[in-house]
Amino acid sequence: MSIWIEEDAKVLVQGITGKQGMFHADKMVEYGTKIVGGCTPGKGGQTVELQGKPFPVWDGMIEAIEATDADATVIYVPPPFAAEAIMEAADAFDSVKGEGVIVCITEGIPTLDMVKAVAYVENRPGVRLIGPNCPGIITPGETGGAKIGIMPGHIHAKGRIGIVSKSGTLTYEAVAQTMSIDEGQSTCIGIGGDPVNGTGFIDCLAAFQADPQTEAIIMIGEIGGNAEQEAAAWAADNVTKPIVGFVAGATAPPGKRMGHAGAIISGGKGTAEEKFEAFRAAGIACAMDPSELGKVLLESLKAVGLR
Amino acid sequence: MNIHEYQGKSLLRDNNVAVLEGVHCTSVEQALSAYDSLGSKVVAVKSQIHAGGRGKGTLYHPETREHVMDGGVKIAFSREEVESYATNILGNILVTIQTGDEGKLVSNLYVEAGCDIAHEYYLALLVDRDNKSVLIMASTEGGMDIEDVAHNTPELIHKVVVDSNAGLLGFQKRDLGMALGLQGMALRSFGKMLSNMYTMFIQEDCAMVEINPLVRTGNDEIVALDSKISFDENAEFRHKNWDDLRDLSEEEDVEIRAKETGLSYVKLDGNIGCLVNGAGLAMATMDVIKLYGGEPANFLDVGGGADEEQVKTAFSIILEDPNVKGILVNIFGGIMRCDIIARGVIAATEALSLEVPLVVRLAGTNVDEGKAILAASTLNIHAADDLADGAQKIVALIGGDE
Repeated sequence: MSIWIEEDAKVLVQGITGKQGMFHADKMVEYGTKIVGGCTPGKGGQTVELQGKPFPVWDGMIEAIEATDADATVIYVPPPFAAEAIMEAADAFDSVKGEGVIVCITEGIPTLDMVKAVAYVENRPGVRLIGPNCPGIITPGETGGAKIGIMPGHIHAKGRIGIVSKSGTLTYEAVAQTMSIDEGQSTCIGIGGDPVNGTGFIDCLAAFQADPQTEAIIMIGEIGGNAEQEAAAWAADNVTKPIVGFVAGATAPPGKRMGHAGAIISGGKGTAEEKFEAFRAAGIACAMDPSELGKVLLESLKAVGLR
Repeated sequence: MNIHEYQGKSLLRDNNVAVLEGVHCTSVEQALSAYDSLGSKVVAVKSQIHAGGRGKGTLYHPETREHVMDGGVKIAFSREEVESYATNILGNILVTIQTGDEGKLVSNLYVEAGCDIAHEYYLALLVDRDNKSVLIMASTEGGMDIEDVAHNTPELIHKVVVDSNAGLLGFQKRDLGMALGLQGMALRSFGKMLSNMYTMFIQEDCAMVEINPLVRTGNDEIVALDSKISFDENAEFRHKNWDDLRDLSEEEDVEIRAKETGLSYVKLDGNIGCLVNGAGLAMATMDVIKLYGGEPANFLDVGGGADEEQVKTAFSIILEDPNVKGILVNIFGGIMRCDIIARGVIAATEALSLEVPLVVRLAGTNVDEGKAILAASTLNIHAADDLADGAQKIVALIGGDE
């Protein structure tokens, strides 16, 4: 088991004929992801070559899903068109099969476009949105697995640690930390650093709690908003598996956007200190340095007899 | 992206939100002719900077730092007072609670007609992360610091969450207006104003619109007496006019140049420069430097696909800061390959004849090739195994936090 994405999930790529889309689609095929084709309006009927094999392209998502019975789609569409791509995918999954996972990698989508797109997705309860502005989701397999996004596949291995993070490279850091203590991952999800996004920390924690493969969780937050505080409070009442946490941005100055659109301390709210406190109050074991996530995780696993 | 009050008011006026007559000025002469043309006995003379707390700010001479005047927003009752206030404001430095000690040079002034105020309210529209929709906040406690109101008397802040599918509904406007104690003509005027402001918020891709105070006049009209508007930078591609509204003097020159080359840079006060890929990791790198007794000089995210040239630009931007005594490069290669970064680091070090200590931590894609390239170089580059090791090494090399 894993969460939301099985090792053999069938995946479409929206924007597959673009530079980014094609590059990452190729990397996903190389990793072992079951890519079943892609979608670019106006390029239906063409094929794209990935790892030396041809993959079909459709004009629209409805026909693409009807033809492939895809479980998920990953979006590499430029910011002006990305919210519409999300809504097209949501409509198609909802009308063709009633469910599906949309992973949006695109960075720089206007916030009000996302307000609209998130509301649209939420009206289709079988459809899940991950992102935007995120590295994606990966469920490593014994051999290969499902890598849906831009993360480096080779650093992962199948295992029992679930990872959820707002940041891309910091997720890789967390993955490397689990590997440093000989632990693999069940599923790793980057939920993205935008102020308005789809899947949040609580959705991920709930799914990890319910997933039999996952035995412990790493949660990585950053400054801005209060999603981490809410997730911590929720976890205190609902998650029995050990959680290890880190929050980036303890040294960030207030009022400055730190790369991610959502990473900003405004009105004195959303500081790392506030979030670490919420983590500790919820019994989450905190690492003050991401290089120590492995050590803290090992201690947490030992404390509950998992090592 | 923030805009000035005078620009915000022009936008509000274009969207049929009532504002007072006013004139944007950049000289004392213009301020005087504005006073003459407004035909109002009482006018407000307002400093235009991108920071709050102007009214309670203090003006200083830009070179001598001598005290010039208290208050960056003044009510003038005569032509002479307009002249005196405009002279004291323009070309001087305004320090407010939000500007930091260095303050901001005031080059723009807004001279605005006075009005008969019956009551002051607070109104703000923003994108609410929790509800993932537009939130409207209003309070009867206008003209005050809204964070204090929220802290001391949260019951006086009224909120409306706009359903993204339905839009702003009539009953929501009425309920909010009634919560502010408005009735009759004032209530209708408030509802109309709110509709127009919400439409503007959506059409102009605002991130926040804050009107403090919003006033009810003696005639029960609802007028925006101040305006603080910011736009969502992600939407810049569909607003060509933002270029004209952008005041580059309000932004850090080096941050603008970094952005143009695809780098995300924020200057800080410490002495250890950082070059990192990914926003989260860049923040974590700063945090870990601090954890081991150092002070980061900057936030710098080179992004996911930086090439040799960008690494070089990143180095030169870091080195522009005279406080930088050492540099920590922290790369977790995903899309980005460590061998490319290693070559970029060497090229930059040579081209810029780097004199400060440099610690490089590489991990991820092609890490072994990257490390080999650095090891083969004759340059004085210290390799680190992980982030903690890198932070400890650079802190030790520059002699701790002394």
